[in-house]
Amino acid sequence: MANVLENVGKSAIDQLDYVGSVNLQWWSTLRSMISALPFVGNRYRWQASVRQMLQIGVDALPMVSLMAICTGFILAMQGASELRRFGAIHYDIELVAAGFTRELGPLLTAIAVSGRSGSAFAAEIGTMKVTEELDSLRVMALDPIEFVLAPKYLACLIAVPCLSVISNVCGILAGGLFMFFSTHLSPALYLHDVLAFIKLRDIITGLIKSLAFATIIAQVSCLEGFRVRGGPDSVGRSTTSAVVKSTFLVIVADSVFTAIFYFTLQN
Amino acid sequence: MSIISIRDLVVEYDGHRVLDGLSLDIEHGETMVLLGGSGSGKSTLLRQILGLERPKSGSVFVKGVDIARCSAAELKKVRRSLGVAFQSAALFNSLSVEDNVALTLREHTRLAPSVIELMVWMKLAVVGLAEFGKLHPQELSGGMKKRAAVARALALDPEILVLDEPSAGLDPIVAAELDELIVLLKEVFEVTVIVVTHELPSAFRIADRISMLYKGKFRAVGSKEEIRTSQDPRVRQFLDRVPDNIAQAGTVTAYFEKYLQAEET
Repeated sequence: MANVLENVGKSAIDQLDYVGSVNLQWWSTLRSMISALPFVGNRYRWQASVRQMLQIGVDALPMVSLMAICTGFILAMQGASELRRFGAIHYDIELVAAGFTRELGPLLTAIAVSGRSGSAFAAEIGTMKVTEELDSLRVMALDPIEFVLAPKYLACLIAVPCLSVISNVCGILAGGLFMFFSTHLSPALYLHDVLAFIKLRDIITGLIKSLAFATIIAQVSCLEGFRVRGGPDSVGRSTTSAVVKSTFLVIVADSVFTAIFYFTLQN
Repeated sequence: MSIISIRDLVVEYDGHRVLDGLSLDIEHGETMVLLGGSGSGKSTLLRQILGLERPKSGSVFVKGVDIARCSAAELKKVRRSLGVAFQSAALFNSLSVEDNVALTLREHTRLAPSVIELMVWMKLAVVGLAEFGKLHPQELSGGMKKRAAVARALALDPEILVLDEPSAGLDPIVAAELDELIVLLKEVFEVTVIVVTHELPSAFRIADRISMLYKGKFRAVGSKEEIRTSQDPRVRQFLDRVPDNIAQAGTVTAYFEKYLQAEET
């Protein structure tokens, strides 16, 4: 019994330590962010941010678009198969439009970015730790948070919401394609209905979620990189851990945000 | 006043004492070699001097500042007077050699890009890499990487140059070239040089004084001649390359006899 309590206590302390570390790192990043901004910050840091944006955003565009098109198509088909029974197939348009802008667009994007860029962040920083590059930065009087993390975080904050918007568009277009082939609904009418259904609130809540997901992915993945101890095998473990933890936390955060928006923004 | 002063330094990892009450003064302009076998604590001592870790007790004063207890701003200021070349060179693979050397100049000075370019070329020329600035670290040989790391360490004209195992893993000719480079740098730039190594020929070529570490304590500190003629058994063992008796013949025989008996039954 004492052993069980000891293990539970130790695990709780470890989890608290992790949450504390993420928050402290986030705070340090926010304080360093000014250096990564254009015009007011350091121009090399801003250049690094732009490079990261291209890697996180532009390079992920085909993957995110394809994921969104497939999911939009699946959602429209599954929705239609049930709604058709009640003669309410026109509600399929609302299902796809609202489902994507509020939920699936940001979530799919976050999962794609977590797998693609989160793992890359952890591997890059972990390797820098193993090869003493982080120590090298410190002894050159450069802060690794400012030098390495701030550009990545700024890039995530810009690229993830942009990708989410593109994901929304792709998913909704896939829904339109399905409606055209299954019910011969004209694309113009579909677009008209989509615009009528979508509220500004849906887009804003989706973007708020995207910003939260970007924060989770950048902070958790980079922390996993900074926590690397030992050799190259440790880098591999941290990469896996970064993807698992950030994906898990993105889904937890999604449910929390959805609950908050559901209970506070209902008409 | 000594440029680096270490007082009663104690470092422990998980209760295991790695450095045990070290005290040492390094004078301005001298080359101090920290000599010792693997696991003797020399890299740990170096990390303490660089302020990368905090000691359990004791102090490390660099230019009069206790770097274990000073503010982050003071630590940054002290670190600007340090030039460090790590054992693995620790060059940034995403940057070219030129950009690696230019990094601190761009970050810590307001020099015009053309001046930075000239300074980078000069530092690379000093280490014999003027033609290789455009290459990336992964395109360099081991010896070139180490020299590039030295060029980067020299970028801000530091008062203290710290080199961690500069000749480790290099062939004797390249290692000798690096030794000559260190001697030249000390003469030209009048810097204080701290070198961590376990390579005896290098140590005796470049050192003004040598500190010999053994199990976290200084076994001997003195000039090259004092170390060379030391009668301390551990120093002699290190200098004469006498191995420890790791595997006793009797123990090995007894183990195999026991193993064979177990197999028979």
